[in-house]
Amino acid sequence: MKITLKVWRQKNSNTPGKLVEYQLDNISPDMSFLEMFDVLNGELTKKGEEIIAFDHDCREGICGSCSMYINGRAHGPQTGSTTCQLHMRSFSDGDTIVVEPWRARAFPVIKDLMVDRTAFDRIAQAGGYISVNTGSAPDANEIPVPREVADTAMDAAQCIACGACVAACKNASAMLYVAAKVSHFAVLPQGQAERTMRAERMVAQMDTEGFGACSFTGACSVECPKSISLDHIARLNREYLGAKLTSNNVQG
Amino acid sequence: MELDSKIPEGPLAEKWARHKFGLKLVNPANKRKYDIIVVGTGLAGASAAASLAELGYNVKAFTFHDSARRAHSIAAQGGINAAKNYQNDGDSVFRLFYDTIKGGDYRAREGNVYRLAEVSVNIIDQCVAQGVPFAREYGGLLANRSFGGAQVSRTFYARGQTGQQLLLGAYHALSRQVANGKVKLITRTEMLDVIVVDGKARGIITRNLLTGAIESHSAHAVLLCTGGYGNVFYLSTNAMNSNVTAAWRAHKKGAYFGNPCYTQIHPTCIPVKGDYQSKLTLMSESLRNDGRVWVPKSQQDAEKIRKGQIKANDIPEDARDYFLERRYPSFGNLVPRDVASRNAKYVCDEGRGVAPTGLAVYLDFADAIRRDGRKTIEAKYGNLFEMYEKIVGDNPYETPMMIYPAVHYTMGGLWVDYNLMTTIPGLYALGEANFSDHGANRLGASALMQGLADGYFVIPYTIGDYLATIGPGDKIAVDHPAFKEGEQRIHDMNNRLLSIKGSKTVDEYHKALGHIMWDYCGMSRNAEGLKKAKKMIQELRAEFWQNVRVLGTNEEMNQSLEHAGRVADFLELGELMVDDALHREESCGGHFREEYQTEEGEAKRDDANFTYVAAWEYTGDNKPEVLHKEELEFENVKLTQRSYK
Ligand SMILES: Cc1cc2nc3c(=O)[nH]c(=O)nc-3n(C[C@H](O)[C@H](O)[C@H](O)COP(=O)(O)OP(=O)(O)OC[C@H]3O[C@@H](n4cnc5c(N)ncnc54)[C@H](O)[C@@H]3O)c2cc1C
Ligand code: FES
Repeated sequence: MKITLKVWRQKNSNTPGKLVEYQLDNISPDMSFLEMFDVLNGELTKKGEEIIAFDHDCREGICGSCSMYINGRAHGPQTGSTTCQLHMRSFSDGDTIVVEPWRARAFPVIKDLMVDRTAFDRIAQAGGYISVNTGSAPDANEIPVPREVADTAMDAAQCIACGACVAACKNASAMLYVAAKVSHFAVLPQGQAERTMRAERMVAQMDTEGFGACSFTGACSVECPKSISLDHIARLNREYLGAKLTSNNVQG
Repeated sequence: MELDSKIPEGPLAEKWARHKFGLKLVNPANKRKYDIIVVGTGLAGASAAASLAELGYNVKAFTFHDSARRAHSIAAQGGINAAKNYQNDGDSVFRLFYDTIKGGDYRAREGNVYRLAEVSVNIIDQCVAQGVPFAREYGGLLANRSFGGAQVSRTFYARGQTGQQLLLGAYHALSRQVANGKVKLITRTEMLDVIVVDGKARGIITRNLLTGAIESHSAHAVLLCTGGYGNVFYLSTNAMNSNVTAAWRAHKKGAYFGNPCYTQIHPTCIPVKGDYQSKLTLMSESLRNDGRVWVPKSQQDAEKIRKGQIKANDIPEDARDYFLERRYPSFGNLVPRDVASRNAKYVCDEGRGVAPTGLAVYLDFADAIRRDGRKTIEAKYGNLFEMYEKIVGDNPYETPMMIYPAVHYTMGGLWVDYNLMTTIPGLYALGEANFSDHGANRLGASALMQGLADGYFVIPYTIGDYLATIGPGDKIAVDHPAFKEGEQRIHDMNNRLLSIKGSKTVDEYHKALGHIMWDYCGMSRNAEGLKKAKKMIQELRAEFWQNVRVLGTNEEMNQSLEHAGRVADFLELGELMVDDALHREESCGGHFREEYQTEEGEAKRDDANFTYVAAWEYTGDNKPEVLHKEELEFENVKLTQRSYK
């Protein structure tokens, strides 16, 4: 296949970037999208040009590193998958493909297609956990969890924190990411003790990081590689409201 | 140096309890006077960092990833073993111990493995308390599945994303300690050297991957939790950035390397397609619970399939060879990985492989779907089937999957004693980075168990003994000349790589090394091939340092430079693996020497001469390494020819 790539090149967060065009002539349909970038980077190196920086690691859709905005869609045309799971057979010979980084105020560009997503970690640090020290747990089967509950928790916990939800949202909101974590713990018996505090703190941190507001258009869930459902946002809203109504430490 | 494994005296079941009692403790108020560096935030690193911080130590945790949650552990699919015996099917700590020792082909320490089995039950308790959403039965109790090498059902799982959920459990615990200020988490930063002064590990040198800044960090102890080195083969199931650099640079500073040649080749991976391929994808072993492995009985049928003239479903039942079920009736498709891989290779070598390359066998779910219904199979393996379909473009509900063995895990790693300390005092290795518990072959679902055992339940006890011995004053500041020299060495190495300006990319060298390793030090090995490989690696390494092309500078984000440093280390490690494979004149577990096999083609150990751990000592650039032997003693199990018939 012959492919024309238009790739966002940006030296660092202080320098303006631009789209640069590259021509690739020998692309196999069985190649993965990132393997195409490997090939291109190999060619660039040979020509003495700087390679394109991008995040990637597992290349099987689980680590959440890869993050390309392809032809106007987070992770490209295939729903329910990450950039690394995309194969060239999803495109046609002669296609022009535009590749940009995630765009969001809370995700500044580091270089080329690589962005800074540490805001997600800070949201997790704000309360995305159950406080249990090593060694203090009771026998695992002493906490029965009905199967449907475990399934719902797992549906939410599948989130890979790639940030596609933010990239897909016109307001760059992080609601789906936060909702997935809050939901995961809110439905489990283990998560009850810190339930209200968690919702409050995580939402407060999300706001501090500069993510936008949620207008419930659902683009996040459509583009989510794990197809995390909007139900979790509904649950987060309930949790948050409930927390605000009952909380002793209401701030901001 | 004499190797002392520090395995405690006494009956097997009491060793760990006695040892814990004998270890020195650090008084709770004094813990804050100690600084600990943890490199890596996978299962081993994140669990260790969180647990040590909970105890009150000051922890600095490093990862080259942008987030602690992206460590390679996230990719583990199938499950984690624990001797809970919730299924009432005869499991026990002793049985898990026994299966692991046997599965490792009697090349692991009894004491370590027993401890691992013992703490396995605490791991599940801990993870459930953290909110890990393990699979459940309708009554709300935990569900289990079976894995290779065991006849009981003891594997806990969270769909096909067990590693993800366990790592998130540890990541959450770590995040809580970051919020508490007890862990300083330093991301996108790569450790490039260990600093040793007066024979003790004192800290590390790192490179900030965003700015290129080379920096020193000092501490009372350093923990390497940096994962395995399967990527020495270029193509493997490991994440792209997994590498040996941390362990290798520690090795060059005096940490012995244990059993480097013990590599696990996983039988169920998606076969290689083209030369551009960058990595291989594992299809979880759990699939072998329900999938049946087969190839056509005749070469003619296989050839027609390869040419695309017929399809798998055109082959009638009686023309299929379910070779694992035929050869190993009692374990069937659930034989250990090394056995399953080797048998797949045999049938492909006989010309009965499928896929255009001839390097694939079928994993067929038709019977299971007929028996349990598509819904059940979908519930168990849905995400794996989807993953397969995305990569291959075939629907495994309708046509059998094609699989082939691929490099997956490295049992070898830094040599550690019972306390997880390397031969450098104050330097520890945890998780896949050490060599400790799996002998010559790891059983499925045991790596997650080991990483978390090391981090949650072993190191929090054992490190106290060392710290209490040295005392809080025994720490060196980063302005010490040893740190400055360390920084300079890294600058020099990077400048050297950048100044070669040769004609081949780093990737080309990596790929070339991978080919040599796979061809001569892969699924089966022989003396002649290994000797040839050694020479080829030496030549390749020399060429790399003459002709590699790394662009840009050190003082910026530079992914080629990162990769170059890692490949430089792989080029040295590869030779040691070959040396180790050559010296071990027996077959055991994942190390299969063609010269040493039974009449039936099974691995043939030489217990009289090789019942030891090979621990290699680095003696200088391009100099032969020195072999040290740690004899293995078996008091509780009898060494037998492993049989899964
Ligand atoms: C596809 C796949 C599936 C698997 N499935 C299973 C399974 O079902 N059950 C099972 O038991 N095992 C499984 N395994 C094996 C298991 O996942 C790994 O052995 C285990 O997760 C390793 O954990 P770790 O903590 O030792 O290392 P890793 O998770 O590899 O973490 C290494 C960490 O070290 C950091 N690091 C490395 N070098 C440096 C450096 N120089 N500087 C800074 N940071 C560094 C990395 O950033 C990372 O944080 C699987 C493995 C693969 C590849
Ligand atoms: S590289 Fe891990 S999800 Fe894409």
